[in-house]
Amino acid sequence: MADLLRQAWTVARKDLLLEFRTRTALVSALVFSALVLTMFNFGRDPTAVATIDLAPTILWVTFTFAAMLALNRAFQLELENQALEGLLVSPLSRTSLYWGKLLANLVFVALVEAVGLPLFVLFFDVPVGRVLLPLVGVIALATIGFVAVGTLFSALVIRTRFAELLLVVLLLPFLVPPLIGAVQVTARLLGGRPLSEAAGWFRLLAAYDIGFVSLATLLFPFTVDE
Amino acid sequence: MLSAEGLRHAFGTGGGRVVALDNVSFSLEAGQTLAIFGPNGAGKTTLLKVLAGLIRPDAGRATVAGGRGAIGWIGHQSHLYGHLTVRENLLFWAALYAVPAATRATRADATLRQLGIADRAEQAVWSLSRGLAQRAAIAKALIHEPRVLLLDEPFTGLDLAAAAEFRALLARFQGAGRVVVLATHNVGEGVELATDVAFQRGGRFVHFAPRGARRPAQIAEEYRRAVGEKEADG
Repeated sequence: MADLLRQAWTVARKDLLLEFRTRTALVSALVFSALVLTMFNFGRDPTAVATIDLAPTILWVTFTFAAMLALNRAFQLELENQALEGLLVSPLSRTSLYWGKLLANLVFVALVEAVGLPLFVLFFDVPVGRVLLPLVGVIALATIGFVAVGTLFSALVIRTRFAELLLVVLLLPFLVPPLIGAVQVTARLLGGRPLSEAAGWFRLLAAYDIGFVSLATLLFPFTVDE
Repeated sequence: MLSAEGLRHAFGTGGGRVVALDNVSFSLEAGQTLAIFGPNGAGKTTLLKVLAGLIRPDAGRATVAGGRGAIGWIGHQSHLYGHLTVRENLLFWAALYAVPAATRATRADATLRQLGIADRAEQAVWSLSRGLAQRAAIAKALIHEPRVLLLDEPFTGLDLAAAAEFRALLARFQGAGRVVVLATHNVGEGVELATDVAFQRGGRFVHFAPRGARRPAQIAEEYRRAVGEKEADG
């Protein structure tokens, strides 16, 4: 297990180093988040629909599509000089490769969310101070779920034409459960409802994470081996 | 140290089926270097990919003593990350091959010196010329001191001096009891290093024998007869 984690960290560190050196996807995702939030902020009629009713959906639509940018780049950078072939010849286990990519994607998406959340609070003036901890908790749980599935599909489509489009089409149906859960919990938290009301959704998100991280770990070798 | 038994592999199905490997068998012991010559599409790359574990053959078995960690692989591409420096690339691959952390830096520097690109260590790979990138790719393949080296057209992009240095390096590698499998379409390349020579065509070894004392020109002539005049020029 220590070897698996060490190798996963080696892959994740390399991916993050590459991303921080080029900053292409990170900057794109951050700009995208800011633009979407700005558009929703100025493009809605606050007298027609209460902000508090709309805000959770806007938050999660923004996070989801910004995360897609990260997931698209996860295996694209392995196509340069056929680095993926080198990884597959090396003693790196497929599990470590998946976990490494998953970890790098989680860090990447977390950074986007860490910038997106304050912007969301700023634009929509929602009270998050009292519920910050559970809100961060639900963001973390939902993010792990959809990044786990997204990392798997990113590997699956990377050798296909129109990989970026295909990823979105394949991924979105699988994101329905964690997105519904995340929106429901966020709505209850921002609406000042007791945390116990959201307990069921928290459990659903946790179950989704456990199920899909395990399943994706098992299926990943089939997506990269010829 | 390395063996292939009855390897068969085909791509596609029905009328579009292409046989890439057809009952290929051989084994190599420490110190042996096999040069595989063949025209484009003969199945050389497929054979190397099967030996490297990249492709699972339809039938037969390939075994490398020590498993994947014992293999050094030079393919058609460098496997290097363009936005990392040459040194960062080597350190990454050294970590993947479980080279002890304490010796990674010194080994990377020594390998770069061997390949004559120590002065390019801090340069991003994307900014290297093709020849220098090929030297960096060779350094990457050697960083973990593999026992088996699989080379697919390794002289591509190297200038005469770099090719001579690489041949000298392969000779030292061979002398240290390692196994080398070298595939190329050019009979003039690497034949002087070979202890064994194979000619491949249509996925089959049409000739496989120890090189003995035969000169490169004799081998080229045998290749022309076995594979066909036209392909021998490749």
